[in-house]
Amino acid sequence: MSTIKQLHINGEKRTVAADSERSLLHVLREDLGMTGSKYGCGEGQCGACTVLINGQQTRSCITAVGDVAGKQITTIEGLEHNGHLHPLQEAFLETGAMQCGYCTAGMIMSGVALLNKNNNPTQQDIVTSMQGNVCRCGTYTRIMAAVQQAGKQMQKGVK
Amino acid sequence: MSKLQPSITASQRPPIEPERYELYAPPTYQFTLVRRDFFKVLGGGLVVLCLLPDTLTQGAEAQESGGGRRRGGGNAAPQDIGAWLHIGEDGQVTVYTGKVEVGQNIRTSLTQVVAEELHAPVSLITMVMADTDVTPYDMGTFGSRTTPTMSPQLRKAAAAAREALLDLAAQQWQVERSLLVVSNGKVTHSGTQQTANFGQLTKGQQLVKTIEAADLTPADHWKVAGQSVPKVDGRSIVTGKHQFAADVQRPGMLYGKVLRPAAFNATLSSLDTKQADTMAGVKVVRDGDFVGVTAPNSDVAENAIDALKADWKTTSQPSSAELFDYLKKTAKDAGNPAAPSPIADAFSGAEKKLEATYTVAYIAHAPLEPRAAVAEWSDGKLTVWTGTQRPFGVRGELANAFGIPESQVRVIVPDTGSGYGGKHTGEAAVEAARLAKAVGKPVKLVWTREEEFTWAYFRPAGVIDVTSGVSHDGTLTAWEFHNYNSGGSGIETPYEVPHKKIEFHQTQAPLRQGSYRGLAATANHFARESHMDELAHTLNLDPLEFRLKNLKDARLRAVLEAAASRFGWGKTKPAANHGFGIAGGNEKGGYVATCAEVAIDRPSGRVKVVRAVTTFECGAVINPDHLKNQVEGATMMGIGGALTEAIEFADGKITNPHFARYRVPRFADAPTIEVVLLDRKDLPPAGAGETPIVAIAPAIGNAIFDAVGVRLRSLPMAPKGVKLT
Repeated sequence: MSTIKQLHINGEKRTVAADSERSLLHVLREDLGMTGSKYGCGEGQCGACTVLINGQQTRSCITAVGDVAGKQITTIEGLEHNGHLHPLQEAFLETGAMQCGYCTAGMIMSGVALLNKNNNPTQQDIVTSMQGNVCRCGTYTRIMAAVQQAGKQMQKGVK
Repeated sequence: MSKLQPSITASQRPPIEPERYELYAPPTYQFTLVRRDFFKVLGGGLVVLCLLPDTLTQGAEAQESGGGRRRGGGNAAPQDIGAWLHIGEDGQVTVYTGKVEVGQNIRTSLTQVVAEELHAPVSLITMVMADTDVTPYDMGTFGSRTTPTMSPQLRKAAAAAREALLDLAAQQWQVERSLLVVSNGKVTHSGTQQTANFGQLTKGQQLVKTIEAADLTPADHWKVAGQSVPKVDGRSIVTGKHQFAADVQRPGMLYGKVLRPAAFNATLSSLDTKQADTMAGVKVVRDGDFVGVTAPNSDVAENAIDALKADWKTTSQPSSAELFDYLKKTAKDAGNPAAPSPIADAFSGAEKKLEATYTVAYIAHAPLEPRAAVAEWSDGKLTVWTGTQRPFGVRGELANAFGIPESQVRVIVPDTGSGYGGKHTGEAAVEAARLAKAVGKPVKLVWTREEEFTWAYFRPAGVIDVTSGVSHDGTLTAWEFHNYNSGGSGIETPYEVPHKKIEFHQTQAPLRQGSYRGLAATANHFARESHMDELAHTLNLDPLEFRLKNLKDARLRAVLEAAASRFGWGKTKPAANHGFGIAGGNEKGGYVATCAEVAIDRPSGRVKVVRAVTTFECGAVINPDHLKNQVEGATMMGIGGALTEAIEFADGKITNPHFARYRVPRFADAPTIEVVLLDRKDLPPAGAGETPIVAIAPAIGNAIFDAVGVRLRSLPMAPKGVKLT
């Protein structure tokens, strides 16, 4: 078992000492104190742990940390810059697209991955891209509205 | 023929409903520990204490048998205080309540009502919630009680604080009190324009006021309450900064995991820990049948549990295949159907009679945040951060488990990743605390999804037998309704019927069961509102018309009519294999009606809910957007129980404990949801977290019948689609 010593997270190099087989989610949460990504099922079935790996939405709970060494990891903590929120974070607030908020980080990361590829998604695009994310409180219609609203902002060049 | 009284009436119903089984369950583990005392005080400024209304006190006493005692011990909270409000010398307003935020947005709605009565901006107010050392005792956040009970208490406290601030200003400025006004967080003299904020007035004070009554602002004069104020902590959620229980970190903290028995009711016959004992940083903890490990991280903890070799003695147990027979067979008070009764006479005289049986499966709450706790012992005192709807109940569980006074236990509940009635118990808290005690370090324990699907409790399954009598013109003449096991909530019919017999029968339960959003109101509404639809079709009457013909309750009529109007009830369906259904009801002070449109795919039989229109009325609305969000969410969640969700089990094992095999609603299942709120400013606000879920399942079932002529009487109705002939 090899040891991973460095990860590229949110544009920074972070020092770790983690067995390569450990889950990325646990390393983020337990070794680096980055608890924004959530454990929901540990099986890649709910999307609460979603992060971006080189821009692709990825379930960090079933991703071995050894597989992402050297790749660009983006977590929910990396979306806010100097107090400035990502358009999708703003849109979640404006549309009230949450209740308990436990799925929110994963939803936003999945939504950002989609919007980076397609900033004018239809409802069907969102369903296709985000079917793996569960909101048990049932705010799906609001989340779809938030993703589309953020897309409109991004079309105008808002970052 | 005499009119029969139903066996359960609203006035006779105990404060804790019978289906809250989880509150009466014995503790899983009991350990021993030593006793110490603890005291806590508030700082200077102005404190307003709210006395508990009698009704609440009675409810709390009723709960004592359930393990959630309010002995108080050395806790700071006096016994008859429901909440308190503190205006510090810095002018900050802090409100203390034992209620828990689980996504129902009470942190925001309670802030709003305080802001309203205090005449202060929302931003000045902080809610401290669910910390047993600093918030007053509260029996728990369930039963849609926060809005009808806690909200008025806080309104009174805030109104009394406003009056006290006027007194202070009048004294300090030596002016006529009637010339002073409180507005936007300041007291101002209307003549001299002299002004002071709350901090300037409370500086150097140590005032304590106790209130029982206060003049409250009527809803039609509200300025802050009644508005769609955004979620007060929304920003911390969207940035990932909010710390749920599982996010709490303590210095030196280890990660724990518990060895689960091979099946329910299994006992440990042998345990080999050799391999786990050799793992670096791992400690195996055994206390009776409790076996757990601690490790430097979760991955190692999982490996250590896998390395344990345990033999369990298991027993044969009922399976989901025989569930409904089992419930009927084990009914504790099935009565004597052969005995002559007035209801039998009513049926023999009925022009038409209809009998049908409805069933509901066991379902899981599946909160996205599974049970989680961080436990820390310090000088014999235990502090636990955990997600629960009953912080004081969990404090009691911990005190019981370790044989220590409640004064030695502090339970802190961070705003929690939902509950839906599923987090009334403190299993993870007890387990984390036992491990932490063994290793002398803080321990975090997060249940896996499989553990949450297996070792939490379930919404009770049930069988409901309905017999009805009706005249040819569509007048209900007799109604008999027997609910086996699922529960008594929402069992009363709102329809006018001269002869009725309505009974809830307890049975043996093959699984650990307990509260769920709306309790049995979902099952009882499903049976009743499906049956009403069947009657309407039998009589060739429009289902809405048939309901209204037998309904006097003006509030229920209003929501049915409003939903039908918005939905376009009676209009032509857009395509073949589409159907319309309607259902309604009332529970916990809320009135709901849902119209659903479904589309059935042929030949697969897959059901898609295309559109759902729900009208909800719960008195005066405190936050319209958050209320809409609750109604939308309840609709969405209800679609799961209606169509796909069912716990499967055999021989003491849950056989589908994964999201891949337990189908919760996802994006593709979302219909167009329209919510119509009827804002009754003339009525006190009722809670809204539960009741909006009760009408969606029968509305969908009725729409399926309308679409393809198939009547589905079992929840979930179509886990594999509708069987079409």
